Amino acid sequence: MQKPKVCVLRTAGTNCDQETAFAFFKAGAFAELVHTNSLVSGYKALDEYQILAIPGGFTYGDDVAAGKILANELKYELKAALLDFIGEGKLIIGICNGFQMLVKSGLLPGNAELAQEASLTINDSAKFEDRWVYLKCIATGRQKAKCVWTKGLPEIIYLPVAHGEGKFVVRDKAVLARLKRNNQIVVEYCDEKGSPASYPHNPNGSTEGIAGICDETGRVFGLMPHPERHIHVLQHPRWVRSHKRLEGVGLAIFKNAVVYVQKKF
Amino acid sequence: MFWVIEVKDKPGIFDAIGAGVKKDILDLGIKSARSVGFSQIYIIEGNLLEEEINRISECLLVDPIVQDHSINDFESPHLKGTSRFVIYVAYNPGVMDPAEASIMKGIADLRITRVRSVKTAKKYCIEGKLTDRQLAIISEKLLYNKLIQHIVKSPAAFLSHESPVAGNKNEASVLTVDLLRASDTKLKQISAQGQLFLSLQEMRQIKHYFQGLKRNPTDCELETIAQTWSEHCQHKTFRGKIKYCENHSRPVMINDLLKATIIRATKELNKSWCVSVFQDNAGIIKFDEKHNICFKVETHNHPSALEPFGGANTGVGGVIRDCLGTGLGAKPVCNTDIFCFAPYDYPLQKLPAGTLHPKRIMKGVVAGVRDYGNKMGIPTVNGAILFHEQFIGNPLVYCGTVGILPKEKSFKEPLKRDAIVLVGGATGRDGIHGATFSSGELTHNSENISSGSVQIGNPIEEKKILDTILKARDLNLYNAITDCGAGGLSSAVGEMGKDLGAKVELCKVPLKYRGLSYTEIWISESQERMVLSVPQNKLVELLEVFRSENVRATPIGEFTDTQKLQLYYKGNLVCNLDMHFLHEGSPRPEKKAVFVTPRHKENAPHNTKNLTPSLKRLLGHPDICSKEWVIRQYDHEVQGGSVLRPLCGVANDGPSDAAIIKPLLHSPKGVIVSNGINFRFGFIDPYWMAASCIDEALRQIIAVGGSLKNVALLDNFCWGNPDKPDRLGGLVRAALGCYDAAKGFGVPFISGKDSLNNEYTVKNKSLAIPGTLLISAIAVMEDASGAVSMYLKEPGNLLYVVGGTAEELGASHYYDLSGIVGNNVPKVYPKKARQIFEVLSRASSKRLVRAMHDCAEGGIAVALAEMAFAGGLGAEAFLKEVPLAQVRVTKQKAQAPRNDFVLFSESNSRFIVEVERAHQKEFERCMRGIPFGLFGCVSQEKQLKIFGLDGQVCIEAGIAQLKEAWQAPLRW
Repeated sequence: MQKPKVCVLRTAGTNCDQETAFAFFKAGAFAELVHTNSLVSGYKALDEYQILAIPGGFTYGDDVAAGKILANELKYELKAALLDFIGEGKLIIGICNGFQMLVKSGLLPGNAELAQEASLTINDSAKFEDRWVYLKCIATGRQKAKCVWTKGLPEIIYLPVAHGEGKFVVRDKAVLARLKRNNQIVVEYCDEKGSPASYPHNPNGSTEGIAGICDETGRVFGLMPHPERHIHVLQHPRWVRSHKRLEGVGLAIFKNAVVYVQKKF
Repeated sequence: MFWVIEVKDKPGIFDAIGAGVKKDILDLGIKSARSVGFSQIYIIEGNLLEEEINRISECLLVDPIVQDHSINDFESPHLKGTSRFVIYVAYNPGVMDPAEASIMKGIADLRITRVRSVKTAKKYCIEGKLTDRQLAIISEKLLYNKLIQHIVKSPAAFLSHESPVAGNKNEASVLTVDLLRASDTKLKQISAQGQLFLSLQEMRQIKHYFQGLKRNPTDCELETIAQTWSEHCQHKTFRGKIKYCENHSRPVMINDLLKATIIRATKELNKSWCVSVFQDNAGIIKFDEKHNICFKVETHNHPSALEPFGGANTGVGGVIRDCLGTGLGAKPVCNTDIFCFAPYDYPLQKLPAGTLHPKRIMKGVVAGVRDYGNKMGIPTVNGAILFHEQFIGNPLVYCGTVGILPKEKSFKEPLKRDAIVLVGGATGRDGIHGATFSSGELTHNSENISSGSVQIGNPIEEKKILDTILKARDLNLYNAITDCGAGGLSSAVGEMGKDLGAKVELCKVPLKYRGLSYTEIWISESQERMVLSVPQNKLVELLEVFRSENVRATPIGEFTDTQKLQLYYKGNLVCNLDMHFLHEGSPRPEKKAVFVTPRHKENAPHNTKNLTPSLKRLLGHPDICSKEWVIRQYDHEVQGGSVLRPLCGVANDGPSDAAIIKPLLHSPKGVIVSNGINFRFGFIDPYWMAASCIDEALRQIIAVGGSLKNVALLDNFCWGNPDKPDRLGGLVRAALGCYDAAKGFGVPFISGKDSLNNEYTVKNKSLAIPGTLLISAIAVMEDASGAVSMYLKEPGNLLYVVGGTAEELGASHYYDLSGIVGNNVPKVYPKKARQIFEVLSRASSKRLVRAMHDCAEGGIAVALAEMAFAGGLGAEAFLKEVPLAQVRVTKQKAQAPRNDFVLFSESNSRFIVEVERAHQKEFERCMRGIPFGLFGCVSQEKQLKIFGLDGQVCIEAGIAQLKEAWQAPLRW
């Protein structure tokens, strides 16, 4: 079967591009690092790829607000290509800074006008924090699962967050209700038993502990935690030494995408 | 035309920044601030239409979900009769605003042109009954630093044109300095007035050189010499002659202290894993078949004292560039940061004039490191923070970076006729005189005269440079690379062209603004710049690499074969110096060094039966307590290679001994990074301090499962004024300790750095820092999955103490609790220690070790307590089983061993090891021939219980209590 082609987008300040590409590589995809300038200038075209990954980092220094300048750049320079990409049934993932970009560009939760309906703002603690968090995967069962990226994942997973602006907020109650109704909430911060919990379990004060959402198609997914930092057992902060090699829980997310593309295209 | 846009959180949205400031105000002891509101201000200059400014606001600057905005709507600072105070803080003219470039880009994406400049400012609205004095304290202590910012008195001033930087009227004419006719007094005056920090002897040498040329130097030539000869760049103390007298014995002459000690150890050891030592920006050792790794630690003390955020920020940026400028460029894979501050609860009223409060320095330094390291995407995985009153005028900020590079890219050589290409940010007036300034002492006036040397960094610019340089490196587009650090272009080009000669057209250097003189262009320390030596036939391709990712790269000259440094500016030859004179011409002054072993009072604290309170106080000692508040702000996982993080344990919050990363994701090989630092031992004897620091750094490598194979060390000396014989005496003594210990352990030094003149003068009284040596160690680990962590794993497992405990309480933290220094400083016996390290390393590789922690500050008791609460398990231990060692040299009569001494002695080369019962025999067989004792076991009950030498309980406490004692002090 042909390997899916992943465009790992990078620009000034992107810094999780290599490990994200490595995660896709481990999952069985062919990942390429592509600078935004190459897409804007037409040197590379988005339609060569089946998956678009927007990795973590501090694009444009997080100046103004995290992800904002990249969101505008893509929205004003590549809007048509992006909408075509989604329209053709392809996949997009935004991790950390990539999630901030997807939300601020209006691609998530997503509407026809690409109007911004939610945001990721400064953590309640007012500081950048790196810590591991438990996440409850919502609706991962084969039947009702909306998000193709998290299908079949265990109910509780463990991933690191590392951000200063990750507090998820919505424009109004209607947006939140719609997210729930459409099964667009994908992962929520929780304690080790899966119950909703406050700081530090919810590391930033996100509304209802929301850590990641998808669009209505389930193919565009954004989350603050870093699945690419837990694709191998050695990356777990309490890995117990064993001779068995185990993969980290994050890898399943990238594998899901690979499987989906291989089936569909 | 100027537009001022204010952006603030909508009502009902939690203002996290404002809330943070409110908490800081409360920490200052001011309780009357009811609320603080924060707004971000953007000042946009350009001939724009109102609809354009609306579009910029709505589509770029404002988050419509959480923020509101207003345009050109100001509040006056204070309306009489109200309790609302408004403070606007803006950058000083000429200070780089890191956000400007990004915002300009964002505006351009909106297809709006005609914007001339963008500046940012901050607005704070404080509600509460505050006096003018309180307001001034809040502003000065929290909201701005006058070196880079100012309070905007009348916000309407934003709307008027401020001339950014005063220009030089005669920027084209060449200035000379009259040295030929200058008397000695005049020479001294020229050096002082020009902030050259050159001694009379050096000034005479320069005069002599120009007498030979029968002309006076230009200002630029004199500056170039001052930069090149500065302590910072040339290490005159280490490289000079020293007449050293120890304990009144016959003086000995040391010719080049570095060669006589540190470098000598490396040469004599001649280890196969060393690739490049003491010649490049960083030391290089072998990693695997295809790669090498490099390691460098720098200090950025002086700038951090004046502007903590900017100082630490540019410190990190600088050491990353060191790594990028090593060989043909290394990719940074992790950072390490070690700080020394005065106590964070230092009384405000005792603060010497001109100094910032240590808590503010600490917060600023941490924020600066966080900002640069995180934005560069480099995990900060290791560090330490120590405290002592003597750091009040001079905090220490050590920043280190490890890099990885292809084996064949480990060496560089600029060639004749190569183009000199300047890559990165534009040049401004920032950082003029950094190199010379850091070579002098600070005074209460430094903040006024040296403000030009303070700057803030732009990590995103550097990230762009990193990305593109690695690309150009892999395309083989250049022959040599170095960073623009202290001394700016003068150091970078001067150093690269040392054996060739160089010709530079200064007017080709891209500038941030007009008005810089040629000398300023030449010595500016503007951040985020690198210099490349590029073959002419590859120039076009190279420039395209940078252009494709929006990085500025400009050819500014070429390397020649004239052996001369020639600088041109607008047709004039403004500098024409012999490279040989520049690099070899400085006089080698003879300095005096005296060391006399001090005698401290020997009054041990009262020996009490219940030592639990002492243990809790030790756990809360600022040097020992949890640094989680700091560590969490650093991204220690980016790049995905972290195997052992700075925090570990069942709740990910215990103190790891060393960090392990896997720099290549597809390879099992690891890199271990550790550090040893303990200035307290230097109060008694810097020789044993140095040996102990080396022992500590190596011990941590062993504790995480590493070995002494493929290990290398870095030295970083931070000392007082080397012209004072007692200061220099301690330095020599420490360097001798480095030689003996490195030789004894068989571990080479590969690079190092010194920062001298860490003294602070106020009212003619000089306060020096304690002579402080940081030893950083790096090791290659064959298989990172062999890592051992420090927290207890399983009830029932056995606990061993390995290594002998002696009555070495001198300069211990236990003594420090009672304000005692003492005299029995811990010694190092490298032969024995090496045996212990090797045996333990073998036990780890056989996977016999479940947990291991080194005993350092606070001794066995603190180490065991940390292992227990990090593992969420209890332990029982018996001091009778701890192997004791004799202190060799002591004038005191022998005493019966005391519980507190055994518990808290800081003897070197010791570990606590957790072993499964099933492995008891095999482990003990491994340990044969070295001191070890089976002294306890891991228990299910969450209690730490230690039985004294008499069999009675001397420590008993719940692990939650102990953890609380350890975490409470820095839970900010």
